[in-house]
Amino acid sequence: MKYLDEYRDPVLAAKLVAEIHRITTRPWTLMEVCGGQTHTIVKQGIDEALPEGVRMIHGPGCPVCVTPLEQVDKALAIAARPDVIFTSYGDMLRVPGSTTDLLALKARGADVRIVYSPLDALKIAVANPDRQVVFFAVGFETTAPANAMAVSEAARRGIDNFSVLVSHVLVPPAMTALLESPNNRVQGFLAAGHVCAVMGWTEYEPIAAKYRVPIVVTGFEPLDLLEGILMAIRQLEEGRHEVENQYVRAVRREGVPLAQEQIFEVFEVGERTWRGVGEIPASGYRLREKYARFDAERKFDVGDIHTQEHPACIAGAILTGEKVPLDCTAYGAICTPQKPLGAPMVSAEGTCAAFFAAGRGLGGLRTLSPAMPLVQVAPISGGGAATTAEAAR
Amino acid sequence: MCLGIPGRVVEIRDDAGLPMGKVDFGGVRKDACLAYIPEVQLGDYVIIHVGFAISRVDEEEALKTLEILATMGDLVRAELATMGPGMDEPAVVSDDGTPVSGVFGAPVTGAPGGPA
Repeated sequence: MKYLDEYRDPVLAAKLVAEIHRITTRPWTLMEVCGGQTHTIVKQGIDEALPEGVRMIHGPGCPVCVTPLEQVDKALAIAARPDVIFTSYGDMLRVPGSTTDLLALKARGADVRIVYSPLDALKIAVANPDRQVVFFAVGFETTAPANAMAVSEAARRGIDNFSVLVSHVLVPPAMTALLESPNNRVQGFLAAGHVCAVMGWTEYEPIAAKYRVPIVVTGFEPLDLLEGILMAIRQLEEGRHEVENQYVRAVRREGVPLAQEQIFEVFEVGERTWRGVGEIPASGYRLREKYARFDAERKFDVGDIHTQEHPACIAGAILTGEKVPLDCTAYGAICTPQKPLGAPMVSAEGTCAAFFAAGRGLGGLRTLSPAMPLVQVAPISGGGAATTAEAAR
Repeated sequence: MCLGIPGRVVEIRDDAGLPMGKVDFGGVRKDACLAYIPEVQLGDYVIIHVGFAISRVDEEEALKTLEILATMGDLVRAELATMGPGMDEPAVVSDDGTPVSGVFGAPVTGAPGGPA
């Protein structure tokens, strides 16, 4: 396919790897923000081809993975209602809530449907005027234009049996939170190309300046990632800390203004809890008051629900890059893509799922033994962030 | 869900006031909303994400990137030739440009860029 195959050329990739080796004189730690980038890096073994000492930390940029347990539990509470058709991107269906997941609920008779686009959910609402159709509006800035359009179209066309359960997260506040952390080891970022396609990169300029970190807007194909890594290392080696754009063919500095207008027509910025990370101020979108009638949380009055992460799951430390899946006792043993404990194993973009798909650390060392008590541990209560962080230590 | 894929716009239409179109992904055609990229023309490449065009692919820039990458191997070889054997363990590049040994020790064996 055009604009894909060209960026997977192994000869060009080898040239880029050689150039990275040539310019690298010191160890550097970089983070790729987006789960799609993590998938390519792990699948293609890009991290293993880098000079010794150059480390890729896999960032929190998987929307499925950072959706807080409370929101999943709210989704389950809404989806269980007989008057509801619950619609979602496919990845969210297997994300474990406190007691079950959407897929299991569907198997028990709930009307849960996978849609490719929120506009498909809107079509379902039009076709079923006597049912309530709810869309699980998760994602980063990339899905926000689509989710905002669905709400705005519902308002324009008077589709009142449509509502959205919003769990929108933003990249720059998460990067800032990571950089503020005393445990931070990230010296440079590959910013998520498609987030920047929508939003541009002006938000990243003050971050690069304040924290003195290079930020390279990077695409998703192997050559994009290698070039992004090369550009970030070149900045580090030269002592620069700027925002640069590797993904020139798709990203302009100002982003897509019409998409941004639509986002801010429907949403406003507010605090958001990230699964395994905790609450980050001004790190997500919520519906503006004028669109409150499309807010599923209000429509169905789903109250606060306690977070109960699995005690063996170190999702928080994985999401912040403090640990890798190979550090986890559950990885590959009691936590697999077929039966995930935590969100990073659910989505193909999650770090654990990416490692599992590439067969990393699965050399028969960890097999599920019936004698192992791990599977029977009772869930512990309390805040998810502290819980997973503690479990990680 | 989160992956954006480049495809070619093969149809543009108005769907009850919403600019929509069909986009071809190497033979598979899908509906997509084109509202955010009003300048899009038939035949343009766009990046589609959850059913929405979020960027028009700049053909000139796409080709430029590939050209730069294509010349890079020669630069690397030229640079290496000037280094001479002075370093403890100079990076060695094989005929296809793959580093086979070097200061970092780790040989690279066809890891990146395989068929995806």
